[in-house]
Amino acid sequence: MKTPAEATDEQIIDRGIEDGAAKLTQDKVKRVVQKMLAAEGGARLKTYIETCAHCGLCSEACHFYISNDKDPAYSPAGKIKQTIGEIVKKRGNVSVDFIKTACEISFTECNLCRRCVMYCPFGIDAAYMMLFMRRICHKLGVVPQYIQDTAHSHSATLNQMWVKEDEWIDTLHWQEEEARDEIPGLRIPIEKEGADIFYSVIGPEPKFRAQLIYQAAVIMHAAGVDWTMPATPGWDNSDMCMYTGDVEMMARLKKVHFETAMRLKTKRIVMGECGHAFRSVHDVGNRYLGWKMAPLPVIHAIEFFYELLRDRKIRIKKKFQKPVTFHDPCNIVRGRGLHEKARYVIHQTCKAFIEMHPNREHNYCCSAGGGVINCGPPFRKKRVTGNRVKADQLEAVKAKGAEIVIAPCHNCHGGLEDIIKHYELGMELKFLGDIIYECMEKE
Amino acid sequence: MSHINDWDWNTGKKILADINQWRKQFGWVEEPYASPNGESVAAIVKVDEMSFSVCENGEAWDNSFDKIWFLRYGPDNRAAGLVSDTAMWTVAVSGEPWKNWFEFVWDAKFGIHEGHITTAAQKNMEYFAVTDDQPWENGFYNLSHLAASPSGRSAAAVVQTKPINEGDIAAFQKGCFTVAVNGSPWQHEFLNAWEISFDSEEKHVAAEVRMNLNDYTIVVDGQPWNQRFSSVWQPVFNPADGSVTAPVRVAGGWTMARNGEIIWNSRLLQLWHHIYSMNGSRIAAVASPKFGRWTLAIDDVPWALTFKDLVTDPVFSPDGRHAACAGKTDGKWTVAVDGIAWNEAYDMVWPPIFSPDGKNVAAKTEKNGIYRIIVNGQPIKIDFKTLWNPIFSPKGDKLLIRGVGTVEDEGKYIRIIMSLAETLK
Ligand code: SF4
Ligand code: SF4
Repeated sequence: MKTPAEATDEQIIDRGIEDGAAKLTQDKVKRVVQKMLAAEGGARLKTYIETCAHCGLCSEACHFYISNDKDPAYSPAGKIKQTIGEIVKKRGNVSVDFIKTACEISFTECNLCRRCVMYCPFGIDAAYMMLFMRRICHKLGVVPQYIQDTAHSHSATLNQMWVKEDEWIDTLHWQEEEARDEIPGLRIPIEKEGADIFYSVIGPEPKFRAQLIYQAAVIMHAAGVDWTMPATPGWDNSDMCMYTGDVEMMARLKKVHFETAMRLKTKRIVMGECGHAFRSVHDVGNRYLGWKMAPLPVIHAIEFFYELLRDRKIRIKKKFQKPVTFHDPCNIVRGRGLHEKARYVIHQTCKAFIEMHPNREHNYCCSAGGGVINCGPPFRKKRVTGNRVKADQLEAVKAKGAEIVIAPCHNCHGGLEDIIKHYELGMELKFLGDIIYECMEKE
Repeated sequence: MSHINDWDWNTGKKILADINQWRKQFGWVEEPYASPNGESVAAIVKVDEMSFSVCENGEAWDNSFDKIWFLRYGPDNRAAGLVSDTAMWTVAVSGEPWKNWFEFVWDAKFGIHEGHITTAAQKNMEYFAVTDDQPWENGFYNLSHLAASPSGRSAAAVVQTKPINEGDIAAFQKGCFTVAVNGSPWQHEFLNAWEISFDSEEKHVAAEVRMNLNDYTIVVDGQPWNQRFSSVWQPVFNPADGSVTAPVRVAGGWTMARNGEIIWNSRLLQLWHHIYSMNGSRIAAVASPKFGRWTLAIDDVPWALTFKDLVTDPVFSPDGRHAACAGKTDGKWTVAVDGIAWNEAYDMVWPPIFSPDGKNVAAKTEKNGIYRIIVNGQPIKIDFKTLWNPIFSPKGDKLLIRGVGTVEDEGKYIRIIMSLAETLK
């Protein structure tokens, strides 16, 4: 089996992994791991490890495996074996170098996309196993630098991008002003207590993609929605701490998000087009805090757009003309089953839609998900070459005429953008909101 | 300083403003806010193409501004908003801007009892707080979690004392954050600090902190507790003896700690938002005794009544004998008092409020877009389009209701004083 380092052209040096490991001894590793296994390594972990028949049925499900010429090191079962499997077998008696490798595998060679789970006859969840490994890495202080920095930002500012409180509010004011040039009566209602909808976004929106807030405001305005955004932390629904294994911080982030929506006495949270944030708010973070479901309904943008179009709250002036295809984001399709609603929105707004294959819950991950893209430039090449299968998918759909790839998820945008560039596919990426904004009646 | 005893408590109804009329007059009228005594109502309005003001009881402030946001009334019944003029910002109270202007102001807070105002501010990329137009002497790299003392005279906030370059995880992990009280930072830095509390005498401050990536504790006046936990929530001072309590996470679940020592036997799935009775003898907290169930735990004993979705807004009666909260099950809200839920469910309820003698509980509610005050589970049958929380008279025999009416009072802001006997009929 090739080690991950050999599989890439050059040795990847990551400061978070190297500097974290430099502070460890084998003895400390053993102590921390044993404590973790005793405290959190319950029946689920044990059952998965004992049940795996090494049948390999999961291998073909994983884009890393297929894209790396079927190297077993990249198969789901192979990744489990090289990481948490070995740790459990040796009861934590592993070397510091082992931890470095296991950290790299669990953080950068698995998107936690859960495609493989569907193909395992026992339903073994490789994503859970990789997350357990990441949790151990967090406890050991060995986490890739870029995603650790993001986790630090989350902890300090309660958003992903070190956005300061004044910068956030200023962005809302600025987008409101810009949008008023187009629609004079438009408002981004900040801190409006009792509004129906609490609209939350992810950190990169105010930082890099402020036009998405503008577009959302235009859509809300045209639909006559009673909505608000907060002027306090809690506006960011994203959550890289869920992916670094820092579940305590994940809990804090989700608490602030939900409590901000509740402080404003809103009835539901509508989230922008993001997949991992949805997983965190709707599935993982809420449950960690003690809620079976989210304490107030959480609606992903796809569902929201579906409602607005179905109820004729927004009207399409002229359908989008260029042929489009659709990338199903793992967290909202495998995780929530929003694929048909997304297709409804596309059929309502676009003239020509071409499916890529496989699709819906069988779609391949963008390879950015699960925090992999957040591990940053050191791992970019590996991430992109590890998803050649996505490039093949896109190429095939391009051959059928698709020019635009719609992906209702920020991470997918990041991942697909790199793939489109690397494989020179010449396709354009859009959010559903981009399409709606472009084609809707605005007044 | 206006005192609740001095308010007009004569029973009857006053129509103080016609907000529909404001709409005709100004074109642009944002959501209104009512003063605590109910005598005033205000909204941000547009007075010119690029200029905004505040209309209070039908009269616009003399001054107008390029932009106004976060209009709120203080406990002294004066309206304040965050205003901007030629790209600089400050606080305007009753239309009068402070003398000092900043590059941005936000997170304005009033003291609970007095009209002192504190706001977060940024100028020349330095972050600080400003109380009653007086900026802190020290500026910081960043500021968050601003807290005002009960009177509003003092302020504390989490501040960043050292710069962190992009991606410099080592610098962050050395500790770059602490708490500053009235501008003076505590001596030690932490990885993080979050929610802050003042004691009732405004002499002491406590905060939640993270000491390293995995260890959390409570810091009081700069001094961390000796004990470490896998997580903590906001600390609160006991109003009687000044000790500090906080929900902490230990093996087995969440529990309550005082000055670092565990004081509750329960290990809960979740425990937060604890409050003290006025005499400091009792603690109530929102708790999840088992997965997916929520309740109030009082002095380590959870109510038998639980809610599926959510429990919020715990409150003690002034004598500390009774406790109430808002709770939600399957999307429907109600109020629970001493472990018994009101019969009716609503689309939304606001914090329940005890009468001074603790015998009655009132809450603002909303159902199908209609707002009503509910007292002890019974509705006061007046529908409102907009409503503020009810306020009991000092003797507890009357209720102040403030709202924007429907039908014959459509669009009108009304102030009603009702005798409680009448509402309970
Ligand atoms: S990337 Fe997806 S398919 Fe591959 S191992 Fe991880 S969860 Fe399974
Ligand atoms: S399909 Fe399931 S049982 Fe077979 S190797 Fe993969 S994880 Fe193991």
